[in-house]
Amino acid sequence: MDVTLPILILSIPLFMFLFLGLLGMKMTHKLAGVLGTLGMGTVLLLSYYTAYLYFFSGAPEFVNAAGERLQYMVFDQTWLQFTDSLAIKIGFFLDPISAMMLVVITTISFMVHLYSLGYMRDHHGVYEHGFQRFYAFLSLFSFSMLGLVVASNIFQMYIFWELVGASSYLLIGFYYIKPSAVSASKKAFIVTRFADLGFLIGILILSYYTGTFNFTELTSVPVDGLANVSQVDINTAIGVRSIFENSAAPTFMGASVLTWALVLIFMGGMGKSAMLPLHIWLPDAMEGPTPVSALIHAATMVVAGVYLVARLFPLYLMENSALVIITVVGAITAFYAAMVACTQIDIKRVLAFSTISQIAFMMVSLGVARPEIHEGLGYMASMFHLFTHAMFKALLFLGAGALIHAIGSNDYTAMHGLRKHMPITHITFLIGCLAIAGIIPFSGFFSKDEILSSCMGYDWVAYLWMSMVAGLTAFYMFRLYFLIFWWKEHKVPEGHHAPHDQPWTMSLPLIILAAISCVAGFIPFGELVSWNGHPYDFMEHFNWNVATVSLIIAVVGIAMAAVMYRKENKLPEKFKNAVPALWDWCYHRFYWDELYMFITHRIIFGCICRPLAWFDRHIIDGTMDSFAVITNKASDAIKPLQSGQIQMYVWYYLIGVLALGAITVVCLI
Amino acid sequence: MDYTQFLAMKQEIGLLTVFLLVFLYDTFMPRGAQKSLPVISVVLMLALTALGFCSCSLGSAHNTVAFAGMYETSPVISAIKNILNVGVVIVLLQSISWANSEKMAVRRGEFYELLLVTLFGMYLMISSRHFLMFVIGLESASLPLAAMVALEKNSYESHEAAVKYILTAVFSSAIFMMGLSFVYGLTGSLYFENIYFALTGELNSMLVIALAFTIAGVGFKLSLVPFHLWTADVYQGAPTSVTSYLSVISKGAAAFAFMVILAQVFGTLYSQVWEWMLYALIILTITIGNLFAIRQRNMKRFLAFSSISQAGYIMLGVIAYNAMGVAAMMYYILVYIFSNLAAFGVIGAIENATGKVSMDDYRGLYRSNPRLSVAMMLAMFSLAGIPPFAGFFSKFFIFTSAINQGSVAIYVLVLIALINTIVSLYYYLLVVKAMFIAPEESVIPTFKSTCSERLGLWITVGGILVLGIVSFFYNSLLNLATDSTMSMYFIG
Repeated sequence: MDVTLPILILSIPLFMFLFLGLLGMKMTHKLAGVLGTLGMGTVLLLSYYTAYLYFFSGAPEFVNAAGERLQYMVFDQTWLQFTDSLAIKIGFFLDPISAMMLVVITTISFMVHLYSLGYMRDHHGVYEHGFQRFYAFLSLFSFSMLGLVVASNIFQMYIFWELVGASSYLLIGFYYIKPSAVSASKKAFIVTRFADLGFLIGILILSYYTGTFNFTELTSVPVDGLANVSQVDINTAIGVRSIFENSAAPTFMGASVLTWALVLIFMGGMGKSAMLPLHIWLPDAMEGPTPVSALIHAATMVVAGVYLVARLFPLYLMENSALVIITVVGAITAFYAAMVACTQIDIKRVLAFSTISQIAFMMVSLGVARPEIHEGLGYMASMFHLFTHAMFKALLFLGAGALIHAIGSNDYTAMHGLRKHMPITHITFLIGCLAIAGIIPFSGFFSKDEILSSCMGYDWVAYLWMSMVAGLTAFYMFRLYFLIFWWKEHKVPEGHHAPHDQPWTMSLPLIILAAISCVAGFIPFGELVSWNGHPYDFMEHFNWNVATVSLIIAVVGIAMAAVMYRKENKLPEKFKNAVPALWDWCYHRFYWDELYMFITHRIIFGCICRPLAWFDRHIIDGTMDSFAVITNKASDAIKPLQSGQIQMYVWYYLIGVLALGAITVVCLI
Repeated sequence: MDYTQFLAMKQEIGLLTVFLLVFLYDTFMPRGAQKSLPVISVVLMLALTALGFCSCSLGSAHNTVAFAGMYETSPVISAIKNILNVGVVIVLLQSISWANSEKMAVRRGEFYELLLVTLFGMYLMISSRHFLMFVIGLESASLPLAAMVALEKNSYESHEAAVKYILTAVFSSAIFMMGLSFVYGLTGSLYFENIYFALTGELNSMLVIALAFTIAGVGFKLSLVPFHLWTADVYQGAPTSVTSYLSVISKGAAAFAFMVILAQVFGTLYSQVWEWMLYALIILTITIGNLFAIRQRNMKRFLAFSSISQAGYIMLGVIAYNAMGVAAMMYYILVYIFSNLAAFGVIGAIENATGKVSMDDYRGLYRSNPRLSVAMMLAMFSLAGIPPFAGFFSKFFIFTSAINQGSVAIYVLVLIALINTIVSLYYYLLVVKAMFIAPEESVIPTFKSTCSERLGLWITVGGILVLGIVSFFYNSLLNLATDSTMSMYFIG
């Protein structure tokens, strides 16, 4: 495969970032936005073409004679050569999931670029302050995310992982004059950074014991895993495998170091993907502009954790305990987030918790995936859900953005009954809700059903638990839908325009994403993506019992939401008063933020930081100051050396030579 | 007659051609056409550099010996010559507006001719495999420099600097020759290879003294402490273009030649003797260079001490005594050329426009000349080794190469060097602080630097930004160094 294509995919967004960042202020708002969108459009086309080549061209480097998909390294350049064996490389790595992610990222990113042209200006057509900066950051984010998914080794992934974190920080804090946005951006950065500490330690442990960063070598551990053997250093790969299979491998606190490595790497994924208990940053991240939430905090960056686990899935398969941890964390998070989503007022927060819950679905699906259970259906289902979720959740966020843009508030209490005023938004939002609730034939039905089938094959408790969460999902999404578009008729205050649908730049992405959400379920996903590259006919494993049950659960959830919220009534109030404690806990997100505040402020600040601060002020600063004083004194003391007199220079020279010789003679002979 | 031996010298012959063309142009062209001499020399030098890179990629991968083993060339040697050529092109580019100024009207040609002659001498130093050849190279790289330092005839400081330079240089040469005569007496040969194989025997005090004298002789060119005392006065007094040439090209060539001598002549004595001599010299050089740099207010003097301590870092690549050390050292020289020339480019531009060279004059420069300030800031960051600029990577690789040598003593040395980077950060940031933060009373007025100065700055700043991030440069140097015959000396 030609290398120009991948290089362009990475360099166009980077160039757009530099170009708009440095020269954006010299051009008009509109030009900057249009240029950014065009740049992203080009990347979109290039990525589609790359994915098309990978999946459908049938070239021997992508598919072998048996129809199995192969990993393909487009290029892999050494960037930093530390020692003979240890080097950091920058590469472009194609396999089913990275090709799929290219499509997801560029699609959503392009939609968001287009949508923001309309969203980031007010009703009088005045562009927001920092519009060019916004597009520069969007390009930076796209570059980082693309670099993350095509990383050829875990260190490159880490570099881009931090870059997406940084661009997420910049975009959440886009409205930097709003204190809440600033603190939200700091919160997001610090929490994910904290998680990344685990990730980094995990990487270091893993590469220390395996001697490699490269995915090809790391993930070719099971012989039947997906790998293009010709590109793998076989000896390293065998070395990696022997470390894993060696029961005498070193252990730490009762677990093997490799379990530790994998769990710590998963910790990085928990931070980015907002798994309990590191989820607290995501709801606050909604302070950023809504298109940013759609791109980063719904569709792409937050699934990086899922992607990471999927990327290293063959390794995780070797350590059952790590997969169990993933399943448990995912299951708890899914339920927790769904409960909280039922009570929130801010529509973006509802969507944020729904995102957490859906990502947890993907995690659970990976956690229960085993080659012996429906031939690894869970892996494929997770990736399928990642794909469909990215589309319908971006749709829901962009729809929410349209509502916020029209109403000027995030609360559903300010909305109600908008279905007649904003028909396009209404229909597309409804499609998004149907998709996430899992109603046939929308895309969410298929992907969620496969996750549930996979859980069923693993353990019936997991199946029941996740089905319950699926029911809750249908309920809270339709609660949101009915509260926004029904409940009571919207009254337009005197002297105000009625809210209306948005300009085409905003409507078009909604319509496209809605169309994708309608048909994405029919993509034969198993043919394209599976954990070991074998094409996979999931209809063989399609369980109509599971499908029927989940459909019934979803319909029940929707029906309950309709009863409670379709028309203005007292039922919600009654329900709230019936279980006040539960409602309170859900409304306050189970007081996680307060818990964190308590731990950080009282315990960490009080017990650890105060003494550390004292140590820093007195001991460290004192040492440093005395270094400075000594340096200064020494500098003063040797000043006469540079006397300016040539005779002295020659004397010092001669003394230097003789001393050099004499000392060596005395010491050595 | 066999001409292949001459072909081995193609880089020297090319340089000689450039020199002759410049000389003939200067001698025979009318006064009116003289103004274009600087541009012509830049173009010729550029052509030579381009040719060097082309023949480097086309040429054989083996080393060639010529003139009864007195002369040697290999891909690594061509590479270091190419690196020096790049530096010379930038120096020449930056010198155009100074050379075309009034005071240089009659002496314009001399600068270019002398410079090319010294460069020729450096080529010989790098390529020689016999001490007589080496001395010829060393002298022809030293003596014309004194004339260059004295080029500004009306300046008292320029004279003083030249006198100081020539006297210490002569003294140092005498010491060096003395060392050589000891070596000859001990081994009966001046061929590097013969000496190498003759030195396998016992250590004796005469040998140690000979080694100390030799190290001092080359250490003088590198301005290693305590052979450095001429540096500050000469750098300050010499015209800025000469100073920048002295500080990067002369130093880079001497560093490489130093390594060749230590490895290919005295390689057997590495762990016994000269590792420790160099060890002491590195610590002294880095530390004392830094301590003096803290106090300087004159920018040229400041950069003189900064370049002394940078020479100490370059020597880390020699003491590493492995192929990675060679690559790291060459890479360090390359990056150092770009960083230091960026700094000198700014200094030269300001000096040409206003005549000011003191750090105090730079206060508030960002207000009046933001682009120059940013260029200077990047140069300082790169010299201090702040990521992601090239200087960080060059320091990183040279430390890594030293660490790879593996002994505890070297760990300590690297630690000392690391601590010294903090000190150096302090004084580099002093310049940045003066330009950006310090309150200004009398700011240098806004001026437009000349086209050539701007071009030179764009090139150097581009190098600072690109050389580190793009791994191609270091990796190709590393490949060259690993394949070179020099690496076989590192086993012992």
